[in-house]
Amino acid sequence: MATTTTPAVTPAAPPTRPSTRRGRRAALTPYAFLLPGFALFCLIVAYPLARSFQISLYDWAVVPTQASTFIGLDNYVRGIQDDQFWLSMANAGVYLAITVPGQVVIGLAVAVLLDAKMPGRGIFRVLFYVPVITSWVVVALVFKYLFNTDAGVVNWLLVEVFHVADANIAWLQSRWPGLMAVSVLGVWKGVGWAMVIFLAALTGVREDLKEAAALDGAGAWHRFVNVSLPAIRKTLLFVTVLLVIGGFNVFISVLLMTGGGPAGSTEVPLTYMYRQAFDFLDFGYSAALSFLLAIAIVAVSYTQFKLFDTDEDGGS
Amino acid sequence: MAVTSPHQRLTTWLRFALAGGTALLMILPFVIMLSTSFKPQTFILEMPPELIPSEPTLNNYREAWTESSFASYFLNSLYVALSTTFIVLLLSSMMAYAFARFEFPGKKLAFVALLGGLMIPGIITIVPAFVLAKSLNLLDSLNGLTLFYAGGAVAFMTFLLRGFFEKVPIALDEAMTIDGAGAVRRFFHLYLPLSRPALATAAIFTFLGAWDEFVWALTVINDPEKRTLPVAIAALQGQRATEWGLVFAASAIAILPVIVVYVIAQRQFMAGATAGAVKD
Repeated sequence: MATTTTPAVTPAAPPTRPSTRRGRRAALTPYAFLLPGFALFCLIVAYPLARSFQISLYDWAVVPTQASTFIGLDNYVRGIQDDQFWLSMANAGVYLAITVPGQVVIGLAVAVLLDAKMPGRGIFRVLFYVPVITSWVVVALVFKYLFNTDAGVVNWLLVEVFHVADANIAWLQSRWPGLMAVSVLGVWKGVGWAMVIFLAALTGVREDLKEAAALDGAGAWHRFVNVSLPAIRKTLLFVTVLLVIGGFNVFISVLLMTGGGPAGSTEVPLTYMYRQAFDFLDFGYSAALSFLLAIAIVAVSYTQFKLFDTDEDGGS
Repeated sequence: MAVTSPHQRLTTWLRFALAGGTALLMILPFVIMLSTSFKPQTFILEMPPELIPSEPTLNNYREAWTESSFASYFLNSLYVALSTTFIVLLLSSMMAYAFARFEFPGKKLAFVALLGGLMIPGIITIVPAFVLAKSLNLLDSLNGLTLFYAGGAVAFMTFLLRGFFEKVPIALDEAMTIDGAGAVRRFFHLYLPLSRPALATAAIFTFLGAWDEFVWALTVINDPEKRTLPVAIAALQGQRATEWGLVFAASAIAILPVIVVYVIAQRQFMAGATAGAVKD
């Protein structure tokens, strides 16, 4: 690979070299170690990022023989006025509203359960983490099968077993049920990750504090709310911020389960952006949308830190 | 703590039942997937669903492996994931070494640049990355996949390894230097061997990332022969919408190595999952 060659590297020098050259060589050593990886990073991550911004300012011509026209911020203005883009953002909001609390609450509950000694604790932890390591493609297809209208297990349970629905629900053929199915998948896949992080944090909660609270007559719930929960507050914030970022990036599940349809009603920002780029070949607009999404993610993450990470000294 | 009261024992069993029940619910989709993969096509859409197939068959696996060419997709994925892992481990550990044990002009800038790169989800750059891959003639190329996967992973793995390299006792480093060992020798004979657990974690996560990656491969691979497993599975479902048994047999083939590695190397998985997460 061309990026691994660096002009600065020479094999170990014989000790008879003049000391000034040795000094210069020593100064170059860290660069020799840094350069191959950093060059690759610049080529694959940094350069495309800068290029993305450039492309977003053009009516980009996909065919190399045609000229691209510079249109300034027009793509951004178009994005802000695009109802379909806002619908995709609203859908991401619905997804976030279900999956973030779902993963935090269930993940924390399971972590508390598994924090105490019990038989089979290790095996349970392993089982909860299996969805996390399984590819999105596989789990999205499994859930597509489970939410199948006529022959899906979910409808069979709802109609035949629990009798909570009169007829089969067309889960993946309309907006709200579609978003619901995708969100259920999101919670199921991510809960194990939240659990592992919470479990690691709970292990760090000082045993003597819990015991002192128990001696004071505090029940399990009070010990959890007054001792454990404040102790893992930072972790709670960290997990929430990462889950929100992850929720904005929901993509493969929507692409494979509903395809963003019907008529774009379950579109999320990334499926919409992807369609603009690779179905409509509107690279400039797609790049602008990706920056609008990035701005939204940064703004929301920043707000979360401002809201929940203020009381550094004192407070609850 | 020698004697447990009946009350304590009851709560332990309640917790066990609750945790066990939830755990079963978590793996139920996988059980259904596996069970479907062993069913003949005629039984798949039958209601009520059978958890244990009454006429189990291996036909779906046979067909996926040979007729649907999953043997070669498996090899494609293996090649890409292994080569990505090798390149990322080499380049990230070199960078981590530079950051952990050297002072040099531009260090801070390079570090901040990598940190910035970490926060950018890869998909934001998919359009320019596609333009770049096209101009480098790396569309429809497995080596192209490797190059882009490796570039996307080096920043995070550098951070992971840097933390470990910093914990290597400086006295050992100095002792080797006095013995006349150069930076390269110290890197290979001191830092790499002492960081084996971290290297294992980095290797597993890099491998898994490349093995499971879907969107980029879907975008740049058009030649059906160059497909990786996730792309091939999605394509199979797209073409033969109702042959779920075949789709899930192919899926099982794709996730089997992941599960095996996971069961063997659980500790590295957990270490990677919580890396940098628990700070208080």
